[in-house]
Amino acid sequence: MTAIADAGVYLPVKRSRGYWASVAHRLARDPVAMVALALIVAIALTAIFAPLLAPADPFKGSMLRRLRPVGFPGYPLGSDELGRDMLSRLMYGGRLSLLMGVTPVLVAFVIGSSFGIFAGYIGGRINTLMMRVIDVFFAFPSVLLAIALSGALGAGIVNSIVSLTIVFIPQIARVAEAVTTQIRTRDYVEAARVSGARALSIVRVHVLGNVLGPIFVYATSLISVSMILASGLSFLGLGVKPPDPEWGLMLNTLRTAIYSQPLVAALPGVMIFITSISFNLFSDGLRSAMEVKQ
Amino acid sequence: MLLYAVKRILYVTPVAIGVSIICFLLVHIAPGDPLTAVLPIDATAAQQAEMRAAYGFDRPLPVQYGLWLWKVLHGDLGNSIATGRPVLSEVSRAVTNSLILAAVATLIGFTFGTFFGFVAGYHRDSALDKIASAISVLGVSVPHYWLGMVLVIIFSAQLGWLPPTGAGPDGSGNWRPDFEHLRYLILPAVTMSVIPMGIIARTVRALVAEILTQEFVQALRAKGLSEWTVFKHVVTNAAPTALSVMGLQLGYLLGGSILIETVFAWPGTGFLLNSAIFQRDLPLLQGTILVLAMFFVLLNLIVDVLQTALDPRIQRA
Amino acid sequence: MSVVVDTMFPPDLVDRGGAGTPLLSVRGLVKYFGGKRGALFHKPAVRAVDGIDFDVIKGETLGIVGESGCGKSTTARLIMHIIAPDAGEILFDGEAVGSNELDLTAFRKQTQMIFQDSYASLNPRLTVEDTVAFGPRVHGLSRKAAVARAHDLLEQVGLDPVRFAGRYPHEISGGQRQRVNIARGLALEPRLLILDEAVSALDKSVEAQVLNLLLDLKDKFGLTYIFISHDLNVVRFMSDRVMVMYLGKVAEVGPSEAIFNRPGHPYTQALLASMPSMDPDHRTEEAPIAGDPPNPINPPSGCRFHTRCKMAATLCTHSEPALHPASSDHLVACHLANPDSGHPRLKPA
Repeated sequence: MTAIADAGVYLPVKRSRGYWASVAHRLARDPVAMVALALIVAIALTAIFAPLLAPADPFKGSMLRRLRPVGFPGYPLGSDELGRDMLSRLMYGGRLSLLMGVTPVLVAFVIGSSFGIFAGYIGGRINTLMMRVIDVFFAFPSVLLAIALSGALGAGIVNSIVSLTIVFIPQIARVAEAVTTQIRTRDYVEAARVSGARALSIVRVHVLGNVLGPIFVYATSLISVSMILASGLSFLGLGVKPPDPEWGLMLNTLRTAIYSQPLVAALPGVMIFITSISFNLFSDGLRSAMEVKQ
Repeated sequence: MLLYAVKRILYVTPVAIGVSIICFLLVHIAPGDPLTAVLPIDATAAQQAEMRAAYGFDRPLPVQYGLWLWKVLHGDLGNSIATGRPVLSEVSRAVTNSLILAAVATLIGFTFGTFFGFVAGYHRDSALDKIASAISVLGVSVPHYWLGMVLVIIFSAQLGWLPPTGAGPDGSGNWRPDFEHLRYLILPAVTMSVIPMGIIARTVRALVAEILTQEFVQALRAKGLSEWTVFKHVVTNAAPTALSVMGLQLGYLLGGSILIETVFAWPGTGFLLNSAIFQRDLPLLQGTILVLAMFFVLLNLIVDVLQTALDPRIQRA
Repeated sequence: MSVVVDTMFPPDLVDRGGAGTPLLSVRGLVKYFGGKRGALFHKPAVRAVDGIDFDVIKGETLGIVGESGCGKSTTARLIMHIIAPDAGEILFDGEAVGSNELDLTAFRKQTQMIFQDSYASLNPRLTVEDTVAFGPRVHGLSRKAAVARAHDLLEQVGLDPVRFAGRYPHEISGGQRQRVNIARGLALEPRLLILDEAVSALDKSVEAQVLNLLLDLKDKFGLTYIFISHDLNVVRFMSDRVMVMYLGKVAEVGPSEAIFNRPGHPYTQALLASMPSMDPDHRTEEAPIAGDPPNPINPPSGCRFHTRCKMAATLCTHSEPALHPASSDHLVACHLANPDSGHPRLKPA
């Protein structure tokens, strides 16, 4: 035994497909999830490359050509109440809408997971205390909390992102804690402890790999909620300020147009809807792909 | 049972205190001097001094909290900067309207949601399931304020069947249960019901599908009992969880009604919140949120206790 | 009796105590679970382990048997220092864990445990070789050396590394998983291996293979085993000495041959009698033990077994018997084993 180990022989081994590779494999066979993913990518790319793709300047209005319908020459999707091209504004609007929708979930994922995994792994009284603090935030319906925080902090993109992040941290933390507590009691974690590993090592090698997956899936399901809430905040005037293009804000400013140009007025909402449902369907598909019993 | 209820109340108390702390802090995280936040701009020096003494703005934070909490427990939520009237009276008037809207919306959502959920759960993985599931995903993904706008466009602007805004024909502040006012309730309630419908449909579908796979269902069928009997069994098993989800949705609707109420100018707490935000009327904002959050906490408590009463399997320590 | 020393680990893990010192020495070990004392609520504790003493001699296999709830698994966890005892002392090769001579890390290298559930004891996200290599990595080995070691160990337990090292737990069978567990257990070159129902979940044919493997490894690496099981046949096959536990206490301990052929404690006798006979002409008819095992929260007074013992007397209801030597190395905790106890069934000397 000693001799072989000393020789440092590293036998060529056939590695099986890893966990995430199998998830991706299954996901690729789910038509609904793939379509949803394609839509998300398309919308994201359009938003990122809006300066290159948009036919017109989203800020440039025209008093003469206000509220033109869809298909009007020069304005493929019509124009808004200040004569700005809807198509361009929708493309640029995607930037802020996606930013305000995705950022809070990302930040909350990092903070909430850390909080929850720590509480879950440490257990005991500290866990109980930490979870009770989380319970206090759960005592608020999310919309109410978002609005309360936004209302108090004041309007603005950063403030909205901060409020939404605070709304989502407890939700993710709770899921993180639940999953970690479940994994902590597994035999292989105990075996790792028995081999003398430090807590950080055990968490890194054994806990994280098994815990981040479910938390991540949950987080993706929050993106659609986040987008709706973020746009909702802008709709109320709490998020983005005019003249910045953002789908929720556009819905607000176009409200008066519902009698004259209902289709144009409804367009920003269609974008929110499509994005939101795509994220939801993708998240569902991801969950199914991960759930298959290995 | 009673012991459980008492335990839950004890458990909830620190949470309620935590909620009140957050509400208290709202005024303090707002940019600027909290004193200016609670007073009209044109307040006199004397009024400022009086307010400062009453709320203790120059005292340490915990003391301020104590003073504020003492007032709250005596029903004094401060006065609205915009109207000058006590916050509590403004809120209580608005809460009734919101409750009506939320209750009706929850009922609609629950009815359709359970229907779709049952259909999907019974015919799992069939085309029917996919359609019903699709409807519930739609329900959860749609931005409800936009849906409200769309419904107003269709039923109000284009067809003229229903009024676009308000709770009554004269833009009245209160909703009364008569035929005139019913028309005003339909659009907001339907719009509001979509999200709970989606959530309840998904929950019920999962519940029903899971119950149907359980062995006792197969045993019932093997005994030759009719499908109707099996159905009744499924219902009784699904009921506790479904009802608790419904209760929670009611709470969410009550707390989260601001967007719909803004779209429809419905004179409820959400509408009140909206004007509070825009007029920077922080006492009103704070008071409304406190009342709504407490409602939610109370509702959670009731749902919790009821679920345990209905479902004997849940034995909480 | 010296242990094979591997050049990759520091040389301080040599047999320090000498041949005379037991590898493991347990005295007065106590562990209660739960139990709240308060003004309003008084919840009595579960007395999982209620004062046990035993030794494990170097190079032997000590079998521990008993029904569920008797405290065997808790004892294993106490020995492993996964949970802390409420009272009592555990000495490893004459030294207490956590003392200056033996810190926890050094102890962990010398004692390992194999769990029952082969699937739950393997991280589903790690390949077989990563699982086995984890322990050595933790203790400072380079990745290359640790993986080489893992491959070597897999070979020792009968799994071809080329085929198995890159696989995931769900891709191999239960018996193969248990072999991986054994390989992992050996990766740190322990001196003591605790096998907690390690073969109970396996099919019989697989079980036999794994047991034989364990015996081979024990000879090859000079290991000492503690073999916990509820299956008496397996324990008989594997053990040099056997300890019978009942409701948190030691009922009987002695050489395997003595325990199985001349059981001194009524509980052991009943256990042996209840084993279904393979001979159709001598079927086991009557259930030798009456009733269910009592509650470890409220054990019976006096001798814990008296409620189910056929030979119980009034003495047994109030006086708890200590371990008494029935012969030089065979101890029995029963009044019947002690000629001076005053048990009515004992004939006067």
